[in-house]
Amino acid sequence: MSGLGWIPRGIILGLIAFAIFGPLANLGLWAFAEQWYFPHKLPVVYGLKFWNQVFKPSSDALGSLGTSVVIALLTVAVSLSLAIPAGYALARLSLPFRGLIMLAFLLPQAFPSVAVYINVARIFYTIGLNGTIAGVVLVHAVHGLVFAVWIASAAFAAVDRDLELAARNIGAGAMRTFLTVTLPLAAPGIVASAIFVFLESLDEFTGTFFVGVPDVTTLPLLMFTASVAGNYQIAAITALILLVPSVAFMMFVERFLKADVLAKVGA
Amino acid sequence: MGASPSRIRMHNPRFLGIVLVAPALTGIFALFVYPLIFSVISAFTTKDGQATLANFARAFELYSLDIGFTLVIVTVSTLVCGALAIAIGGYLVLGENPRAVAILKWLYRWPLFIPFVVAAQCMRTFLAKNGLMNNTIVSLGLLEPIQTTSLLDWRGVVITFVWKQTPFVALLVAGAMASLDRSTIEAARNLGAGRLRILIEIIVPQIMPTLVVGMILSFVTMMSVLSVPIMITGESPTMMTVDMAFRINAYGDYGTANALGVLSYLMTGAVAWFYLRRGVQQGGRP
Repeated sequence: MSGLGWIPRGIILGLIAFAIFGPLANLGLWAFAEQWYFPHKLPVVYGLKFWNQVFKPSSDALGSLGTSVVIALLTVAVSLSLAIPAGYALARLSLPFRGLIMLAFLLPQAFPSVAVYINVARIFYTIGLNGTIAGVVLVHAVHGLVFAVWIASAAFAAVDRDLELAARNIGAGAMRTFLTVTLPLAAPGIVASAIFVFLESLDEFTGTFFVGVPDVTTLPLLMFTASVAGNYQIAAITALILLVPSVAFMMFVERFLKADVLAKVGA
Repeated sequence: MGASPSRIRMHNPRFLGIVLVAPALTGIFALFVYPLIFSVISAFTTKDGQATLANFARAFELYSLDIGFTLVIVTVSTLVCGALAIAIGGYLVLGENPRAVAILKWLYRWPLFIPFVVAAQCMRTFLAKNGLMNNTIVSLGLLEPIQTTSLLDWRGVVITFVWKQTPFVALLVAGAMASLDRSTIEAARNLGAGRLRILIEIIVPQIMPTLVVGMILSFVTMMSVLSVPIMITGESPTMMTVDMAFRINAYGDYGTANALGVLSYLMTGAVAWFYLRRGVQQGGRP
């Protein structure tokens, strides 16, 4: 391989890197820019003034972060408590209309959700759930169920049936077998789905936008409001806070994103 | 689940199965299917409950430009995502330089889990007339400052969607490509086929189902995004999601908003049909 081959390859990789990291770099610059105006190509004054503003104890941002985390944790609890039994039944028990039931769990992913959220908000308004944490959690949990049920069912299906039979043969009941054999073996998949549901909830915007108003402000909503109001520093800092779990999750799932797993999608 | 009282029922797996699935299924029906049906009914009725097509007439009268724009933006974004995903996956499988392959593999995934709101905020600054992209191009001497333009219109929406969704499709496609049987590829290579030809004639046809699923999921996802069009374009023409939010927030006009919603269901309906049918064919197993 001659040295010249590197030139086009390097240029293309450089362009890809610029396309991917350029927008993120611009966000990073805004987070540390105290003053930045036309025609300066880079911030005029750098500083942490806006970080102090975001992280001062009484700030909206910290409050929103707290709200977001509480909602995400509750969403995981609701989603998984519904998805684990359902996933087990779909993987292990004989169910009538099994295919149709699996399809029902895909529905929220198969329709554009804005009009649905509008009508959820309208229904919630009549029963007093609009603008409450509980309402937002329910909306997030339904979206989370799509992934939670499918991943849980795949995790249970992957557990070796012989191990369960062995436990049953030496006298363990169905419930004990499930709790001591099946569930621990399926745990890695279920933990992965819990993290995924958590992240989806943390990042969710549209459902919260319609159902959470005016009282529930999550971090994505705060970021959106700051951005639309032209407050780019606050928007950039809150965006960076949202980026941390997203990027950490990408590193974490690296191990799960093996080719042999992905090859089964749609195959 | 009380273990001991339901002991006898436990021996009837069919009954137990229904009991275990029922809560989750109820959640989906109460919080997704019911509002979905509600929106369709609302689109075809007046406030007094009379059947009408007036909501659709108003939707077309006010927003036909946006309806067209939405379809164009989402279709173009989906196709570009698919093409880039094939290019990335293809290079990862066929690339001859291990270091370049490793760099690309590390690079392309970054936007995968970045939320749409954050992606929109990044692009809102990056694509502006005085954003980092134009500033870099000017600094490199490729353009004069006067020649730069803001991309914060429909092009910005497409760029943001492609930036955010390409890693997702590429990840699925690359996974499918990596697990293909290498022997046909090697055979073609031994017969002297070029890499581009191997990619298009041998690899892509085999991973088509995965590619289609990835593109359909991206299509539906992009149809559902509200934050990106608001933050990127701000004004008309924009996407239907923005119009729906506007009808609700400004006028409490559920009829027109739901009519637009039904149109967005119809747009994805055709593609979703393929997706759901594939789901049944697999017997529901992922």
